[in-house]
Amino acid sequence: MFSRIMCLLGVGFATSCFAAEAPSGELKDLFFGEALYYAHQGDYFDAIARLDAELWQHYGLDDPELDSFYFHVNQAEFSVGDFELSYRMHRRAGRAVEAVLEGNVDEAVRNEAAYRLARIYFQKDQPVNALHALERIQGRVPDRIRDDLSFLRAQVYMATGRFAEAAKILEPLQRADGYAGFAAYNRGIALLRDNEQTAGIRALDQAGQVRGTQRGTLAIRDKANLVLGSKLLDGDRPEEAKQFLERVRLQGPFSTRALLGSGWADASAERYERALVPWSILAKRNVTDESVQEALLAVPYAYGKLGVYGKAALGYGSALEAFGGEIDKLDRSIKSIREGKFLEALTREELKQDKNWMVKLRSLPEAPETYYLMQLMASHDFQASLQNYLDLEALRKRLVVWTEDLDAYEDLIAVRRAYYEPLLPDIDAQFRRLDSRMRLRMEQRDRLDERLQAMLISPRPGFLATAEERVITERISILEEQLKNTRVSEKILHRIRRLKGLIHWRIHTEYDQRLTDAHQHLRQLDGIVEDLRNQYTSFVRTRQAATQSYQGHETAIRQQRRRVRDVREPVKNLMARQGHMLETMAVNELERRRTRLEEFQIKARFAMADSYDRATKAQADREAKALAEAAKAKASSEAEERSTGEAEAPSEPPGESAAQ
Amino acid sequence: MWKFCGTAIICVLLAYLPGAVLAEEVSKEQIKGLDEQVQEIKSEALGIAAALSGLEEKLLHPSNTQLSLFVALAEDDDFRLDAVEVQLDGKVVANHLYTFKELEALQQGGVQRLHTGNIRTGQHDLQVTLIGKSPGGAEYRHTADFTIEKGIGPKLVELVLAGPGANTKSISKKDW
Repeated sequence: MFSRIMCLLGVGFATSCFAAEAPSGELKDLFFGEALYYAHQGDYFDAIARLDAELWQHYGLDDPELDSFYFHVNQAEFSVGDFELSYRMHRRAGRAVEAVLEGNVDEAVRNEAAYRLARIYFQKDQPVNALHALERIQGRVPDRIRDDLSFLRAQVYMATGRFAEAAKILEPLQRADGYAGFAAYNRGIALLRDNEQTAGIRALDQAGQVRGTQRGTLAIRDKANLVLGSKLLDGDRPEEAKQFLERVRLQGPFSTRALLGSGWADASAERYERALVPWSILAKRNVTDESVQEALLAVPYAYGKLGVYGKAALGYGSALEAFGGEIDKLDRSIKSIREGKFLEALTREELKQDKNWMVKLRSLPEAPETYYLMQLMASHDFQASLQNYLDLEALRKRLVVWTEDLDAYEDLIAVRRAYYEPLLPDIDAQFRRLDSRMRLRMEQRDRLDERLQAMLISPRPGFLATAEERVITERISILEEQLKNTRVSEKILHRIRRLKGLIHWRIHTEYDQRLTDAHQHLRQLDGIVEDLRNQYTSFVRTRQAATQSYQGHETAIRQQRRRVRDVREPVKNLMARQGHMLETMAVNELERRRTRLEEFQIKARFAMADSYDRATKAQADREAKALAEAAKAKASSEAEERSTGEAEAPSEPPGESAAQ
Repeated sequence: MWKFCGTAIICVLLAYLPGAVLAEEVSKEQIKGLDEQVQEIKSEALGIAAALSGLEEKLLHPSNTQLSLFVALAEDDDFRLDAVEVQLDGKVVANHLYTFKELEALQQGGVQRLHTGNIRTGQHDLQVTLIGKSPGGAEYRHTADFTIEKGIGPKLVELVLAGPGANTKSISKKDW
């Protein structure tokens, strides 16, 4: 990393500040595209490794502007920072972006770097540092990050308590693409925190009605309605709260809390029949949900308030049964986590292919009941720890593979050495012989060339005589020498002179043609020589490659093996510590839920007993009342009978009336 | 019973207060400290990866024999690529079935290194077959033949694949 930063600080900026940007979307370097391919799949380790290698290579070139990567270098600098951020290497990403900020770069590039640095700080829960980074932004800001920058600035202001300024920034952002619901929601929260109650409620109301079909938009809409409804309920405004709580979708992630709140809104206005509607829906849902568990108590509570004590008592009984079952489930889950089953389940390969892996986790045998961990698992700290654990697990696997690779490289080198070493001495000897022959021929060729060049200036026809002509000339010279002291006829001498003249004539008259032919032949020879040279170079290269294929790698392999070994132990230790942290978080969360359920159990027991008492008392009251009414009715009927009897007595005998 | 009501409201409000769910036993400092150590290890691992990548290239694919084949999708083409097969001098050297994630990565402008191998200098026959589905769901299969010229340096070849509705060739080759 240090080397890369130094690289960035050094030659990097000299290049990057003048670097051309590739036309939008056009790929100018295959390796940059390869890094993107990995990054788009979420494989940030490979993406960073590729880009790092490319950047390092690029800055090491004498003429980086001739490299195809030159067109992407600015983009690559930011991309590698982004990938590092996605790979949760905030410190490294921050240092890299800081290096860009300190360099001699264009205003827009520097502003983008400052924005990215601020984002890193904000993600790492350092809003004051994020604010300082944002304060470095001056002048032109690239259009593509303008809205992102505004939203981040608003978030940073909110985190540092500057709510009014945040609300002001978020106001126009509500109309920006992709930020509609989020800007309105955050503006609402900022206004509420700034004690602008009416405006805040209005903003949350707007966020709660934002249009869209994307999951994010639907979720923020539900959240705005839920928060607003809860706030109004808390402020003793149940009528208003209910209308917002009822806007929350029945199938969304906030539905259970909205249904619970909606019930409480009715209950606080003493409309228990109406409160029973959302609570009854809620009570039928998954009993592991906190709101559902509360609804199991709320439903009998409402029946109790309505005076239906028997039903209330039965409801509390069912709740007690459900809570008992859930406490058992929690105990089993805690046991399973302490036995290491949770971590085993988290690292299963099949889960990584599924976006809903968290939900699937609960269906695995002996895995803890992850539904109880949903809220914890969605928290930033747990997610960061979990991702670190998974990254460490991936690193551990990589280290195993790398060790095997290094073993394979050593085997490969041994095989190559065993193959080449017996062959090479003979090949080298043959090559040396061929090499000396070739050098000799090359010297001959060069001499010929020199002569021909010289003959262009001072003609030497004799040099171009054919072999036959040379033999004939030689024989004539021998004859002349032999006849020098001998008396011979003039006729013979004349013939010799004629032959000499004929040869001389031929050599001199054909000289120009011969010289041209000689040049042509030399050019043809050059073609052959060139082929020979190529073969020679190819052989030398192949010979070098053969040696290099098994020589000179020992040190590199030894160094890498040591590095891999040095990292394996810390990875193992960190995994154990990170795993223990995750287990502690999970167990704490499950114990919190168990404590809550135990409290609910106590409340349910008391409430059930109370309901039975009330039901018994009501029953007794009803029976007493019924008896009283029956006695009263009997008395009145007897009185009636008496009066009727008195009137009819003369016609009936007294025994018959009694029988009747 | 108002306690229930209180709990409900607190639960809802907690949802937008960050970091409220964390248990006491695991502190923020512990999480941060461990996170920084993990980052250090990742950095070291990236360094090893770079060194091993260089070593692998030198040992397995030296520049004088190296051939790398890359696959990219034509811009704005929404056909579904299922598989690619590549034959070099009549031998299958790469055969890849695409996952949804890989296809998405290609559609977003990523370039896949499909094959890295070793060949001699000179001319070689390259045959590329793509199998996929058109946006309408019809089976789509196309084969194209090319010749590649391997020189002394590493040879990089990009294969750009397009669907049946595209204006460009189904498979085009670009030498880098």
